[in-house]
Amino acid sequence: MTGIEAAPQPAGAGTRRLAWRRAEVVERVAETRRATTLFLDIPGWPGHLAGQHVDVRLTAEDGYQAQRSYSIASPPEVPRVALTVERLEDGEVSPWLADEARPGDRFELRGPIGGYFAWSVTAGGPLLLVAGGSGVAPLMAMLRHRAACGEAGRAVPARLLLSSRSFADIIYREELERLGSAPGGPVIVHTLTRERPPPGWGGHARRIDERMLAEVGFPPAAAPKIFICGPTPMVEAAADAAVAVGHEPGRIKTERFGATGGG
Amino acid sequence: MTTTRGFTGRRQTKADEKRVPPGQYVTDDFPVLSAGPTPHTQVDKWTLSLQDSGSLVGKWTWEEFHALPRTELTVDIHCVTKWSKLGTVWEGVTIDDLLAAAGLDEPPAPYLMAHCDGGYTTNLPLEDLLDGKGLVVTRFDGEPLPPEHGGPARLLVPHLYFWKSAKWVRRLRFMAQDEPGFWESLGYHIYGDPWREQRYDGD
Repeated sequence: MTGIEAAPQPAGAGTRRLAWRRAEVVERVAETRRATTLFLDIPGWPGHLAGQHVDVRLTAEDGYQAQRSYSIASPPEVPRVALTVERLEDGEVSPWLADEARPGDRFELRGPIGGYFAWSVTAGGPLLLVAGGSGVAPLMAMLRHRAACGEAGRAVPARLLLSSRSFADIIYREELERLGSAPGGPVIVHTLTRERPPPGWGGHARRIDERMLAEVGFPPAAAPKIFICGPTPMVEAAADAAVAVGHEPGRIKTERFGATGGG
Repeated sequence: MTTTRGFTGRRQTKADEKRVPPGQYVTDDFPVLSAGPTPHTQVDKWTLSLQDSGSLVGKWTWEEFHALPRTELTVDIHCVTKWSKLGTVWEGVTIDDLLAAAGLDEPPAPYLMAHCDGGYTTNLPLEDLLDGKGLVVTRFDGEPLPPEHGGPARLLVPHLYFWKSAKWVRRLRFMAQDEPGFWESLGYHIYGDPWREQRYDGD
């Protein structure tokens, strides 16, 4: 048996009920063909840890409601909460968030939720992040938080391995490039799984496997804190690969989302 | 109530409406949610233990477990991450039959902690496990339970949110007092009734 070690709870977590709050869209940014980031103004937002998520509740004119969970992409240091939503073709909530939501639109939200898949600079590192597609959102919150912490952040070695369908499907591509090329920035490694990479591509071009993780990740002896987020098959494969490389299972935290068409 | 401009939603069918708790949607898939890597425990290494106050009151190997009376159950399941799956078919051993096999006429304590491979735990009141309400299952949809869904064996307590149906279960420990398990210590509800939408602490 391996012990599962929990992240510290954010201030305010306790027995009080998590209240539904009104979120107002203040800006939308198209990230890729399928993914959109919504920047939200949420009066009374209690703050969050990088990696946590929120429940979103949309209400139709006749009172019909639908709820889904989305990871927070913004770091705790920024007052506007950002959600990056990938449109699922037969989804119920994600098409509205990704395609329809405009500045001034309002919906309900509660959170932050989840103290386990969460990281802060004070928890230390090294930090190994592995993402598939829009699973990069909560890991981006961690990298943004690391960058916002200046020297204390730079003191934590960090690497991100991001698996995307194609070059055009890489979410946050330019920002990741900026973060990665800054002094003391994280090492960013891409892999593309569906389309052939562009000429001069410096990344990988296959699904994440044991060899790639051994090459990109820290050695097990460095005892990195590992966060893996993405679609279920990708997370299963990456987590199995991390265990095979020799990383302690209790240090591997995962967040999976089903490619269910439900979101 | 804040209505959302331009949102219409996709309604449940009338037949589903009564079967789907508030805030849930029906999926035909079987999504996987776990906090860490999937353990791959071989059945020849697998045992299930029953523990009371530090002493073992029952222990079964895979073979011994399969010699116990088996129950098939068709139920709806509800995950706190909002999906529900209707009419799922499971096979395993009821907690009633486990207690009987251990020679216990009644449970020695009112609460139980399930301990699992990988370190996961979840807490349950015994009354939510008795009278056929709780099982340790090894088959789903007529097939051996796959590791990512909790195989070789998981708890099944379908009337509570599905995190209570602990994957990779190995040890059931009786407790005199209720104590929070893994998710219950991290802001999730101590009991988790989907019909009262008890998702998080304080709900």
